[in-house]
Amino acid sequence: MTDVPLQHDLGGSQRFRCTAVEPDDDAPPTGFDKRVDAVRSVLREAGLFTVDEMRLNIERLHETDYFGLTYYEKWLRSIAAVMVAKGVVTWEDLS
Amino acid sequence: MAGQPTPESLDLLEKLVAALIRRGITSEAAIAAKIASTDRASPETGARMVARAWVDPAYRALLLRDGSAAAEAMGVTMAGQPPLGVLEDTEALHHLVVCTLCSCYPRAVIGYPPHWYKSAAYRARAVREPRAVLAEFGTVLPAGMQVRVVDSTADFRWMVLPARPAGTEGWDEARLAAIVQRDHLVGVSLPHAA
Amino acid sequence: MTLEPGAKVRVRDAWPERHAPMHIRTPHYLRGRQGVVARHLGTFANPEAIAFGRVGEPRDLYHVVFDQPSVWGEGAAGDTLMVELFEHWLEEA
Repeated sequence: MTDVPLQHDLGGSQRFRCTAVEPDDDAPPTGFDKRVDAVRSVLREAGLFTVDEMRLNIERLHETDYFGLTYYEKWLRSIAAVMVAKGVVTWEDLS
Repeated sequence: MAGQPTPESLDLLEKLVAALIRRGITSEAAIAAKIASTDRASPETGARMVARAWVDPAYRALLLRDGSAAAEAMGVTMAGQPPLGVLEDTEALHHLVVCTLCSCYPRAVIGYPPHWYKSAAYRARAVREPRAVLAEFGTVLPAGMQVRVVDSTADFRWMVLPARPAGTEGWDEARLAAIVQRDHLVGVSLPHAA
Repeated sequence: MTLEPGAKVRVRDAWPERHAPMHIRTPHYLRGRQGVVARHLGTFANPEAIAFGRVGEPRDLYHVVFDQPSVWGEGAAGDTLMVELFEHWLEEA
């Protein structure tokens, strides 16, 4: 049994109670990170992608991915899932 | 989690971009322009806004009433950006911003969020034991100052307007802006005159 | 419903995400908690619909302040939490 109803709803979670916040853990965004962020912005401006669609499809990731992928890898998974669901691109395009 | 993306992720991104370009939805030039404009956003923008608010009461009032308009007044393009809200610290109240549900952050005026802001530990603990989290940043609040943790859950993005530190009397705007750093705008630490 | 600053409200003690796929912007730790409206932030499309690609009907969004120690049973007296909450998650208390 987890202490929060869904994995992303992390406020107060016991699981991370004893994990220190690392103020020095501050790697600048990579080229990949910036490119994913730019694709997100482009799709938002094109009216194809909302922030809540992005949030939902990150929340839905398998726990292993939610806590294992890098931040912008999660964004990319979410963008890809929504673009396929909306028929903007196909799985064949992405595989 | 920080770190490098996997080869599978790099491959997925390039296939997605190629498909979007084939369908006429974007172009490499549009993506490059977007990256360039995002790169221009940095904590210096938020710092300039804070410094102006410290010296200009009319700007301070605007900043607190309509953060987006105050950002626009500093030359930031806010069209298409989430509305910006600004939280004013006082001698008795200190604000700390977190997003427990994802990692909402006022990118337009502070730039890319630091890794720790997106970490599970920060998201889990800031709302529950804010003073312990502040201590991990070396921040101990003066006696009598209350903490208000702002969980950024919805449409706004939040920036802190720190209290102007003692010892900065007579400083001009540029000198004041130089002492304001990103972490002060999130509320994990306080600016000092040094 | 238009809530004025100072209005006492209670966050609905509802857990719809336990029964169906949902996208909810009300953190779990506030469900059932009593707070005070700080201000009306505006009207925004309901994220619970937008997330699923549906049209989001306009909903009032409020900044609501909660006593922090009583939420967790620990903490410093006087510390508070301030959270954006949509009208349909709030009841007058």
